[in-house]
Amino acid sequence: MDTQSIDPLMKLVQTLLDGFAVGGMYALIALGYTMVYGILKFINFAHSDVFTLGAWVSWGLAARALRLEGAADAGGTPVWAVPVVLLGAMLLCGTVGFLIERLAYKPLRAAPRLNVLITAIGVSLLLQNVGQLRVVFGPYPKSMPALLPDVTLLYVAGVRVPVVDVLVIGLPLVLMLGLEWLIFRTRVGLAMRAVSYNTQTAALMGVNVNRVISFTFVLGSALAAAAGFLYALKYVGLKQPADTTWVMLGLKAFVAAVVGGIGNVRGAMLGGFAIGLLEFLGVAYLEPLYRDVYVFAVLILVLLLRPAGILGRAAVEKV
Amino acid sequence: MDRRRWCGSVLGLGFVLLGVGCERAPDDAGPILIGHFASMTGSEATWGVSTDRGVRMAVDEANAEGGVRGRRLKVITYDNQGKQQESATAVTRLITQDKVVAVLGEVASSRSIAGGQVAQRFGVPMISPSSTNPKVTEIGDMISRVCFIDPFQGYACAKFARGEPLRAQKAATLYNRAQIYSTGLNETFREHFAKLGGTITTEQAYSDGDTDFSAQLTNIRGTAPDVIFVPGYYTEVINISVQARRLGITVPLLGGDGWDAEDLKNAGAALDGCFFCNHYSHEDPRPAVQEFVRKYKALEGGRVPDGMAATGYDAARLLIDAMRRAPSLSGKDLAAAIAATKDFPGVTGVITIDAQRNARKPAVILRLQGGKPSFVTSIDPPE
Repeated sequence: MDTQSIDPLMKLVQTLLDGFAVGGMYALIALGYTMVYGILKFINFAHSDVFTLGAWVSWGLAARALRLEGAADAGGTPVWAVPVVLLGAMLLCGTVGFLIERLAYKPLRAAPRLNVLITAIGVSLLLQNVGQLRVVFGPYPKSMPALLPDVTLLYVAGVRVPVVDVLVIGLPLVLMLGLEWLIFRTRVGLAMRAVSYNTQTAALMGVNVNRVISFTFVLGSALAAAAGFLYALKYVGLKQPADTTWVMLGLKAFVAAVVGGIGNVRGAMLGGFAIGLLEFLGVAYLEPLYRDVYVFAVLILVLLLRPAGILGRAAVEKV
Repeated sequence: MDRRRWCGSVLGLGFVLLGVGCERAPDDAGPILIGHFASMTGSEATWGVSTDRGVRMAVDEANAEGGVRGRRLKVITYDNQGKQQESATAVTRLITQDKVVAVLGEVASSRSIAGGQVAQRFGVPMISPSSTNPKVTEIGDMISRVCFIDPFQGYACAKFARGEPLRAQKAATLYNRAQIYSTGLNETFREHFAKLGGTITTEQAYSDGDTDFSAQLTNIRGTAPDVIFVPGYYTEVINISVQARRLGITVPLLGGDGWDAEDLKNAGAALDGCFFCNHYSHEDPRPAVQEFVRKYKALEGGRVPDGMAATGYDAARLLIDAMRRAPSLSGKDLAAAIAATKDFPGVTGVITIDAQRNARKPAVILRLQGGKPSFVTSIDPPE
């Protein structure tokens, strides 16, 4: 096998670019896991399906509602296509997130945590299989229409960076900065932090806990929808909603949240990029078939060496 | 409590009644049942749907001619969702519950093997319309197929790559290590391409469910091949082609019959000028092909039949022909009649089942433009 002729710098830049792009998506999804855990102390396993929904709603809006299939070839897609589809997907998934919390989790607020966990798995299966219905998205893979022209914006060390990749890398950064501001600079953010710190005390201080929980779900689901939108743009071919590909992506984002320190917002961002980069470096320089192995090996290592995650703090359980 | 118990007994009674309704004696005067297991949904759904259309068309035609042995034919189709385990379950259900006399299926070799092992165990004949891996018919005497096998398909792809118009000197390959079809075809292509004087620059692998191929494609780009051989399934090929073009790879991709699907149009311009090997071309001027295309279009609202529809049609017609020739419809007699098929005029070519229960037929090479395949050349099996 002749691999000497590959420019090593080019390969490294390409790998880092892809790792960052996918890492950003993992980070956006991981934020939803981590915020819900921070406030309710349970893993919302239906969260990865909200990400899937985000990707499929983006397809639905672009291909069915706006009929943009083939528009890129025939004269170009309108400029407003990207923001309209993105905001539409975030809005719809935010609503779904709100409903999931209201209908499935809120009635179980006082129930043992295991009941909520099992309910989350039920919600996950419900979303997957409703998505497979022929009247919804159907049990077939579909292709996302191109919303952006295939134009090269810049060359980094001979590597082509198309507009799509710029958006895929840039949007998560913008959204994460916005979230950082929201959590640490606004009153809602203060309330979220207070509820996460101690729910009962926050309630006694006049924080409307239910509203904060709902807001957290809407926020997390909207971020997951943005990740789904970016995934659809970058990877074009969307597997059917109940396909295992989606489950694996959601699991990796969950690993990112745990590695970063579950419950910690900055940890989720860090974990997302760390997992994305690690996966792509492993695929490029070790063995491409062990893509998933790298991710889960890191999870095992982190759980062994630093069970609270990179940025997490070990909490002493008071009995 | 009382009410719950009452509900329970009503439910229980319902189940008992349902059970009684299902119990019926095998009826020789009823229709002859043919089972079909296929990926009607899932990642490779167009294969199951197309094959099923071809099968049903053949069976409807036979019924219009008065059926077989004075009885009507009926097809029972079960969806395996494109999964291996579901294939074994579907075939078991077809044989043990529905009591079919023969099974048709699958397209993907790994799923034909899963279903074929069950059919062989129960002694029910099975014909695969388009599984090309040699291991499918190696299962046993009950399993046969109406298509060519991968040692030939790999040869056909290599021969085409070396000849006009590609004249490839260097080829890279990108295959799915989790699919027996893909690894097998990759091996035979490598062997024949080298034998014909070409060089394989690199062989890159991926796995089921992978959606990002940039690492493998970056490695391939570094070796500057003249053509990239991608013996994968169409859903993967769409992703691979789009990502390859985004990375600035402009050389044509070449693939096998796993590419055959209407969905290839979803790749847009990324697959323009690429080639794949298939079982038939709808542009073939032979009267048998044109007749089939005309009838299929009339039934399916103008849809052009793909290769899977044609092989499905051939598989069902060959089975019906064997049913007419067989001394009885027992598994043994029917399997022997299928294996004895000689010079059967199929849409995908003249079919003779050989000693290994495979068909020996020429392959066609198709060129893609705007997602539509057009005929380039036909390659005969080497003597």
